[in-house]
Amino acid sequence: MDRRKFIKHSSLASSLFFVPSFVKAFSSYITAETGYKRLVILQLSGGNDGLNTIVPFRNDAYYRARPTLALKKEDVMALDNDLGMHKSLLPLKKLYDKGFVSIINNVGYPNPNRSHFRATDIWQTASSSNQYLQSGWIGRYVDQFGTAPYTALELDHSLSLALKGETQNGLAVQNAHTFYKITQDPYLKNIASHQEEAHLSEHNLGYLYKTMIDAESSAKYIYETSKTVSTSVNYPNNSFSKQLKTTAQFINSGLKTRVYYGSLNGFDTHVHQENTHKRLLKTYAEGIHAFVKDLQSKDTFNNTLILTFSEFGRRVKQNSGHGTDHGSANALFVIGGNLKKPGIYNNLASLSDLDDNGDLKFEIDFRTIYATVLNKWLDVNHEAVLFKNYKQLDFI
Amino acid sequence: MKHLYWRAGFGINPKELEFLSTKSREDIIDMLFYESQNTLPLKIDTHEFDTLTQEQFKKTDKIQREYIEKSRNKIKELNHAWVERVLNSHSVLQEKMTLFWSNHFACQNGMILYVQKFHNTIREHALGSFKELVKAISREPAMIEYLDLKQNRNDKPNENFARELMELFTLGVGNYTEEDIKEAAKAFTGYNHDFEGHFVFNENHHNTQFKYVFGKAGRYEGDDIIDIILEQEACAEFICKKLYWYFVNDALNKEHIKEMTQVFYPDYNIETVLRYMFAQDWFYNPKHIGNKIKSPIELIAGISNTIPLSFKDTKQLFAVERMLGQILFFPPNVAGWKGGKSWIDSNTLMLRLKLPSMLLSNGTIANNKKGEFYDSFQTYTKEKVANNFFKTTSNWRVFNFNYQQVSTKDLAQYLLQCPINKGTLNYLETLRINNKQDYCVQLMSLPEYQMC
Repeated sequence: MDRRKFIKHSSLASSLFFVPSFVKAFSSYITAETGYKRLVILQLSGGNDGLNTIVPFRNDAYYRARPTLALKKEDVMALDNDLGMHKSLLPLKKLYDKGFVSIINNVGYPNPNRSHFRATDIWQTASSSNQYLQSGWIGRYVDQFGTAPYTALELDHSLSLALKGETQNGLAVQNAHTFYKITQDPYLKNIASHQEEAHLSEHNLGYLYKTMIDAESSAKYIYETSKTVSTSVNYPNNSFSKQLKTTAQFINSGLKTRVYYGSLNGFDTHVHQENTHKRLLKTYAEGIHAFVKDLQSKDTFNNTLILTFSEFGRRVKQNSGHGTDHGSANALFVIGGNLKKPGIYNNLASLSDLDDNGDLKFEIDFRTIYATVLNKWLDVNHEAVLFKNYKQLDFI
Repeated sequence: MKHLYWRAGFGINPKELEFLSTKSREDIIDMLFYESQNTLPLKIDTHEFDTLTQEQFKKTDKIQREYIEKSRNKIKELNHAWVERVLNSHSVLQEKMTLFWSNHFACQNGMILYVQKFHNTIREHALGSFKELVKAISREPAMIEYLDLKQNRNDKPNENFARELMELFTLGVGNYTEEDIKEAAKAFTGYNHDFEGHFVFNENHHNTQFKYVFGKAGRYEGDDIIDIILEQEACAEFICKKLYWYFVNDALNKEHIKEMTQVFYPDYNIETVLRYMFAQDWFYNPKHIGNKIKSPIELIAGISNTIPLSFKDTKQLFAVERMLGQILFFPPNVAGWKGGKSWIDSNTLMLRLKLPSMLLSNGTIANNKKGEFYDSFQTYTKEKVANNFFKTTSNWRVFNFNYQQVSTKDLAQYLLQCPINKGTLNYLETLRINNKQDYCVQLMSLPEYQMC
């Protein structure tokens, strides 16, 4: 961390701990206005079928490979001459038309792994396919540049590997009030309040006490900051939209959180894919639409970047169960108000020149996307987080 | 001796401690191994799978899916059985080592028969010969699938197993070359298994050419490679480092590891090296006592050692394991759980601190100040507590019996392995402590109880 950033970070931190709460509320209002950038990462878990999401609807090879699963031309909303969106993504298409969406095709990595667990680990740790890292890339960002555990929040009840660092971790908060209540057990709270932080050792027991005190103060800070904000936007009633609603509430309240992590499950469509996939894409697009509207209503959309990825795409050829098997390269969405290249970022890879498994060949390494976001959006040096220098792209 | 029992087992109660007080260190170590000398396989009812054939399994997609789902539930059942075994077994060292090797040879599979077989192979060799253990593991269907040995063929080698064998199972990074991996992979070609889970060596897929590893050359097969790897002293050192980390301290002491390596090499007898370690004065050095963060299973087993617990709901137990970050049979990846501080984040810690009260006293931790009004109608001796959080039973009767001779104020001495932080001590002094059970839950809810 360079000196200027250090001062910036430490002054942020001190303003949180020592300034009276009414001033704090005011100061966070100011930073929300003056450009406190946030990153929202959403994982479509199970392996989203990219080809039936962003559809090559004029490509014969697509129709040949998927006799019953290919979307009919009238079920696709054209984006350009070659690609169109699944019609369930209508709310997303509206954002696309406003120039808020960038679609990056063929994102993957060399020697792709087709196990959910392993592929998810690879994406979450930013490792190579033959490398086992035990910390996540967001966790390492918190290690290097975080100011508090709430620098990165996961909208879930437990923490993914993505948010676990080498020395520090992000925080999992599904519901600010519940998390607050858990940490406010009178007995545990009293124990926390009887400690002087300066006296806590660096070693294991001290680490436990510090984590306990952090959890208590973070939960309090998150709950008290975010409860001041309510929304007038209607979200669909499902758990994915709940995550987004909570995220919007946190962002709009000026919470000093840089990274939010959420997920939508169920994309492992091996059999009878059609209806499941339709429903999931609808859930995704409607949730995102409400989320963007909510952020816009408080002028925080321009300072928020939303990345959506899936651990892998699916096989080009459909299987015998009217579904698709695990594949590799996939489309990734970038959503934001300040995109450099809205629209289709790059052409879809060939459907006839596939890898040995019959999957799309990857073109863009997902770590170049992480590197771009770290450098150009979060304003930090990506090498400190990714351990390697990656080429940066120009979508932001 | 409390230290030994926390490290080689899951804690010890005052009655047992009293029994051991007249015995020598040597006798106690003998007893530990004696109690773990027999291996009792862990088995659940799998009759539906025992007679299943591949044809039947693959009859239709629907049938196949149903079996996969059934198998998934059976693995959860086996997970539950494993936890109950850890909580109830007297072969504590055997359990401790089974957990150790299960994390060392981290593996995951969806087929209940393979998972059960893999687990019992680990049990069988947990205190035996490391050489036999590695060889047995390389033949396990779960491992053959997990690290792609099936895809490792003469004409198209897959290096996944050979790489992890050296990097994670035997030598550690820096003690082999990429060339060693490539050559070793060739020797493991032809490894396969049948549907029922028996090892099958497929000669047609085996590379019979010369292989060049660690400066040697020969028409090696898998077992030869394992022998050659174990000839490297670096392998013994790698395993001893991990044992030291697991049993002694996460700060490694080179001298002590060197001593252990000399004992372990070249026979690779696991019992011998553990006996050596437990017998050393340095093992009992105060700086090691109470400085390790318990794994989730150690935490639960430790509570149960004091107040016997039984989980009644498999799904719920599974959910608790998930939230604590350690689901048995589901390691995060082939590198296993990292352990130590990585068990702890804000969420897992808060749950860990609340867990004793959730298991034992309906989620309440008493916090009455001295002099506060005392409700005399409240009955304070609960023997079996109905639980609103978990479908568990906790047997306070056993606690009351084992801790009969221990006064409430001395309880910390028996429950905690490290001194209580000054601030916490100050707070505890402000509390009115007049009930042993309440105080037991209070102590178990401290960060200090997370240590062993």
